[in-house]
Amino acid sequence: MSGNIAQTAEQVCGAFGDDPARLMDIIRGVQQRLGHVPDAAIDAVARRVGRARVDVESVVSFYAFFSKEPKGRIVIRLCDDVIDRMFGYDAVRAAFEEELGITLGETTPDGRFTLERTACIGMCDQAPAAMINDTIVTWLSTDKARRIVSELREHMTPERLVKRVGGGNNGHPLIRAMVHNSIRRPGPLIFSEINRGEAIRKALSMSPAEVIRAIKTARLRGRGGAGFPTGLKWEFTRSASGDRKFVMCNADEGEPGTFKDRVLLTERADRVFAGMTIAGYAVGACEGVMYLRGEYAYLLRYLEDVLEKRRADGLLGRGVMGRDGFDFDIRIQLGAGAYVCGEETALLSSCEGMRGDPKNRPPFPAQKGYLGCPTVVNNVETLCCVTKILEVGPATFNMYGTSRSAGTKLLSISGDCDSPGVYEIPLGTPLGEVLEMCGGTRAKAVQVGGPSGRLVGRDGFDRLICFDDLATGGALIVFGPDRDILEIVSRYMAFFVDESCGYCTPCRVGNVLIKRGVDAIIAGRAEPRDLEQLEDLCRTVKSTSRCGLGQSSPNPLVTALESFRPEIEARLRADPNGYRRSFDLSRAVRPTEQLVGRKSVHT
Amino acid sequence: MSTSAAKPRVATVSLAGCFGCHMSVLDIDERIFDLVDIIDFDRSPIVDFKDFTGRCAVGLVEGGCGNEENVEVLRSFRRNCDILISLGDCATMGGIPALRNLVPTEECLREAYLDGPSVHNPSGRLPNDIELPLLLDKVRPAHEVVRMDYFLPGCPPSADTIWAALTALLTDKPVQLPYELIKYD
Ligand SMILES: Cc1cc2nc3c(=O)[nH]c(=O)nc-3n(C[C@H](O)[C@H](O)[C@H](O)COP(=O)(O)O)c2cc1C
Ligand code: SF4
Ligand code: SF4
Repeated sequence: MSGNIAQTAEQVCGAFGDDPARLMDIIRGVQQRLGHVPDAAIDAVARRVGRARVDVESVVSFYAFFSKEPKGRIVIRLCDDVIDRMFGYDAVRAAFEEELGITLGETTPDGRFTLERTACIGMCDQAPAAMINDTIVTWLSTDKARRIVSELREHMTPERLVKRVGGGNNGHPLIRAMVHNSIRRPGPLIFSEINRGEAIRKALSMSPAEVIRAIKTARLRGRGGAGFPTGLKWEFTRSASGDRKFVMCNADEGEPGTFKDRVLLTERADRVFAGMTIAGYAVGACEGVMYLRGEYAYLLRYLEDVLEKRRADGLLGRGVMGRDGFDFDIRIQLGAGAYVCGEETALLSSCEGMRGDPKNRPPFPAQKGYLGCPTVVNNVETLCCVTKILEVGPATFNMYGTSRSAGTKLLSISGDCDSPGVYEIPLGTPLGEVLEMCGGTRAKAVQVGGPSGRLVGRDGFDRLICFDDLATGGALIVFGPDRDILEIVSRYMAFFVDESCGYCTPCRVGNVLIKRGVDAIIAGRAEPRDLEQLEDLCRTVKSTSRCGLGQSSPNPLVTALESFRPEIEARLRADPNGYRRSFDLSRAVRPTEQLVGRKSVHT
Repeated sequence: MSTSAAKPRVATVSLAGCFGCHMSVLDIDERIFDLVDIIDFDRSPIVDFKDFTGRCAVGLVEGGCGNEENVEVLRSFRRNCDILISLGDCATMGGIPALRNLVPTEECLREAYLDGPSVHNPSGRLPNDIELPLLLDKVRPAHEVVRMDYFLPGCPPSADTIWAALTALLTDKPVQLPYELIKYD
């Protein structure tokens, strides 16, 4: 048995040239063949690629979608985000549990099904949703859950659950997903029609320095969240020394509430790949990698096909569009369910076949990135903007937006509003106006930029969506008047607790303590002093964490307090005797009471 | 020992601790004479008062809470003292006793009274005298049970540290501990 396992593992390694940098693919391949990654496979892989066993094992254990333990042939991963909880997650979960006869986290005794939960899978506008192996199912109800299980029992083929496909390219034979695009408001730039090849042709008619100047003139800033000026980033990479350079497209889209990159990849993949090619020309890179989150594996075959067609048409490969000396090709790297891998240095670690741990900066990726080479990392939408800038010229691009926030921005809107979906708006649009567009004006609060962004109460609805005010990677989650702010904060803290890579103590431990503190307030067991200490802890976590995850993970609480302090403080009560209200003596003695069969005289 | 009502009163207790911190209090040596010039001890193993006789200015708490009695005593300290100090690492963080927090309560009791290799317990029962306080599921540092005002780290804090903190508090001066007093390597 273990001989077979080793043999299979070795075959997979061979298919990837025994390259340790391709460990993500190797492990995925092993798991696909064996259903899990047992010890014998880890041993064999480590031997073949020449890595220490612990390196391989830590990759397996790091990613949510890899498993050392056998899993069911069909793994059902329920998306467990705030949004899903708002729209019936609990009932759907109960229906799955009942129908399968197992509880969350278990595998059926016949080894056919495993039921799990997972963080936001980028389907917030059609929640509750789930992944069934790589197939996405949306708008789940208890009935639908039951139907899904009984159908699967018959044919064990998740793809066959897709009866009606979503609009647009979701119906493409290589995608065939029930996912909907819900493009509510296509804008003038990002969603405009593509003239394939035009942007690259224009770029090639300029020198690389001129291309960078055009991007700078357009005043393009990164759309992935941080808003770094793209032209400047390219310039750094261009001037960094090294013969081999890379362009990475960040398609990890892990921020809960964000799904606009998914729609771009479905509808405007050519524009994204063109952007990567232009970036390659500008910085002097020949190789591009798109890091596609594992949740979007259902798009993989389609995207590979788009790449293949681009190669066939001379838009990729040796001598792009006949230009001697400019070779550029792209490969797609699939992730495996780790939010932190969207952080650019963690993304590099993951692409290099390691745990998705962020790296220390400096050196920045522009100096020393993928495999130690100068690397540009850009978001999917940023790269679309690049292509558009080349298509129409910088002046047309920065006609939209404000002086410091040029162009349009995609928003992924979900939650308590009439029309969830993707909106392309000029940067600088007031939040309130966006709420009118999506029918969410009754909102009590809006989470702008996902959990690592900020919760904005009604007092902030006149604020502007742009880099200098409400910066956002694109998520906008609307909370209606009846939602409990602290419940939302607690759910988001649970997300960060799950997703912290664990390297820094403030992030690994601090987030757990913040969540506990918030839960104590919800349970009515917190005192005013507790909140002071929580705020102090939030400052510590933010200021002493290594990467953006820990630096922003306390934001749900910190920003909720900016708009909702009175509401939150009203739930605090000091104890007249100075006892800690979070300590529950009867609960603490219960196990011993049960063991010795005697009741405490003090409770 | 004088019992003048004008002097502030100080209480001390050892909860889930080893009495090491109390030994360190005694380590102030002859300064104890200076101390009793300005304070009276109230409930404390040092004078063997079993209960409070009056309102205290300061309570020194050694050890965290490992059982229900610890909790009751600590709560009575909170009720009877103006200022409570966590004295030493056990009070501050749980310390050595909190190592058992890694083990479920049942496993802990079984190992200690039933299954341990050196255990002789023909009755096969867990000790259950009514006098025995029930164990908590986990050992808690003092501040998780009542509000604590100051923390003196160290295992134990040195006599000089205790002396400096106590005299500052009792003479209404800010508690400023020089680096040497809270440095442990
Ligand atoms: C925890 C964390 C997760 C992130 N996730 C993403 C992501 O999913 N997609 C993305 O484009 N950027 C993400 N970022 C931002 C990237 O680190 C990086 O700034 C971005 O990809 C740069 O591209 P841009 O300049 O085009 O925005 C994340 C950052 C952090 C700290
Ligand atoms: S801040 Fe959190 S996620 Fe980032 S490196 Fe530290 S532990 Fe990892
Ligand atoms: S801190 Fe050290 S000396 Fe004090 S009670 Fe604990 S173990 Fe004993």
